[in-house]
Amino acid sequence: MSTPSEGAPTGVIHDIGYRPYAGPRLGEGAVAWALFVTGLRNSFGLGRSGRSKVLPMGLLALMLLPALILVGVLVQAKDLLGLDQQIVAYSTYPMTTQLLISVFVASQAPALISRDLRFRTITLYLARPARRATYVLVRMASLTAATFLLVAAPLVLMYVGGLLADLPLGRESQRVGGALVGALLLAACLACTAALVAALTIRRGLAVTAVIVLLLVTYTVVATIQGISADTGHARVGEVAGIFSPYTLVNGVQVYVFDAPHATRTPPTGDGMGVLYLLATAVTVLGSVGAMLLRYRKVQG
Amino acid sequence: MGVSVEDRAGPGSGHGAPVIRTGALTKTYPRVTALDGLTVDIGGGVTGLVGANGAGKSTLIKILLGLIPATSGTAQVLGYDVARDGGRIRSLVGYMPEHDCLPADVSASDLTVHLGQMSGLPYPAARERAADVLRHVGLAEERYRPIGGYSTGMKQRAKLAQALVHDPRLVLLDEPTNGLDPSSRDDMLALVRRIGTDFGIAVLVTSHLLGELERISDHVVVLDSGRLLRASATTEFLHRTGTLLVEVQGKPDADRLLGQALLDAGVRATPADGRMVEVELRDDATHDLVRDLAVDLGLGLVRMQERHHRIEDVFREGGAGSVHPV
Repeated sequence: MSTPSEGAPTGVIHDIGYRPYAGPRLGEGAVAWALFVTGLRNSFGLGRSGRSKVLPMGLLALMLLPALILVGVLVQAKDLLGLDQQIVAYSTYPMTTQLLISVFVASQAPALISRDLRFRTITLYLARPARRATYVLVRMASLTAATFLLVAAPLVLMYVGGLLADLPLGRESQRVGGALVGALLLAACLACTAALVAALTIRRGLAVTAVIVLLLVTYTVVATIQGISADTGHARVGEVAGIFSPYTLVNGVQVYVFDAPHATRTPPTGDGMGVLYLLATAVTVLGSVGAMLLRYRKVQG
Repeated sequence: MGVSVEDRAGPGSGHGAPVIRTGALTKTYPRVTALDGLTVDIGGGVTGLVGANGAGKSTLIKILLGLIPATSGTAQVLGYDVARDGGRIRSLVGYMPEHDCLPADVSASDLTVHLGQMSGLPYPAARERAADVLRHVGLAEERYRPIGGYSTGMKQRAKLAQALVHDPRLVLLDEPTNGLDPSSRDDMLALVRRIGTDFGIAVLVTSHLLGELERISDHVVVLDSGRLLRASATTEFLHRTGTLLVEVQGKPDADRLLGQALLDAGVRATPADGRMVEVELRDDATHDLVRDLAVDLGLGLVRMQERHHRIEDVFREGGAGSVHPV
């Protein structure tokens, strides 16, 4: 047997036996970060099969397409059309594209949440150092971050386009800043409620349907009530109804906090209603987190 | 380079100190008592945990991992208390569940890398370790295909790989041979044996099939209805119940001659199938006695084979439900 130091031809396979690991073992923070990044990547199909990339990537493209067209029109025909601001307000864009956002959340929440329960992979996570609360919070954070990226990407595109079209920098920055905070709140509300629904159903198809139905039905009902209340002069009813759909809720928060253009018939008016909207947002997010932690306390794996 | 057991024996995992120690460990559910005052010390090497379904094996493993709390009693793993240091224990212990736990849409390679990271390995180390352990468990090119298309044997190997990826000091293998055909079963058992010997990782392996554990375990712990039925070295088990099968040739009545000589020497001997003699195995001197008598009688000694009585006999002897003092 020749040794490599003699410059002998390589390509000999040595059975080196079992090698123990003597390197570093990272703490819970690093483990949580790795889980977060993996979950975020998986939400867009990265690290999963080719087929599972189609839907999230397609939805991201569809989200960006209208923004791209709006930017194109703004840059090319700003003077022709006499435009001095974005054609569609930043805060209104998520409302307009809500079907795409709902489908994204509905399809990816089960991929992150139900999947581990259905295949009982949760056992393998629970048998590892991180606590179960860490697992739950990180999974929800991954879904929130993925949803935020989906909602925020077109807003950033519109912002950059607006600057190219010489819209005032300060005003646009302020508006897009508020809209990005709104996008984060919307992502948190959607992801947390969707995660909770997904955690209650092990079957993926059922979870997808349940989330879509929940988001679409609540919005439709809320929008109908708001329309009727606005027409009949009972705007207060519509304002209260607005807290029951994440889309109208977060739009209302943006109207109240950032004075953004409203996208509903009955935006919240007055401080009391504004605070109610803020509280409702907090309850939606924290309530879902609490319910998730309760749900996973029972999971034995 | 292989690494000896001694090199890896850190504090609490040496051959002296027990890897697992329980004291009056009890777990009661509203309707059933899963563990009933279990006190047992489990050392290094391969330990078989035997018991019928529902004897409390899986419950014990989950308590040891800190996944469910014990109702009363104490348990330490690698010197850490399960109630207080669950996280620390889980970073040093690998667990292979009894049930299916693998997602169908990822490859064994990706899953093992990910779970290595979940055990605290940095990404490059997790990749390297995953490649290593997948090779050790015998998953070749199929490791890059989605697990959904795996056979049961391949799935069991992938489950074993994820339990080993972070180089644990102890692995808890819950029914690793479940659902395997005979040849895969033998492969899996040989692999479990290698983990305990070549890899130098302490192994606690459960099975409801008693026969298969006696082949690979250094020690056997027998549970019955959540109680300790017996805990001792495998060799001890087998010797106490063992006999020696002897085949001799050279004269027409060779077996009878030898049998009579043995009886004269005060050793119980009975005729066995195929003109052989079954000799009660008292101690190592029995082998010498048989050899000497065969020589004295001018017989050719063809075969001398220990006939292991199975661990099942423990149940027959004691009768399920009775508890032997350890």
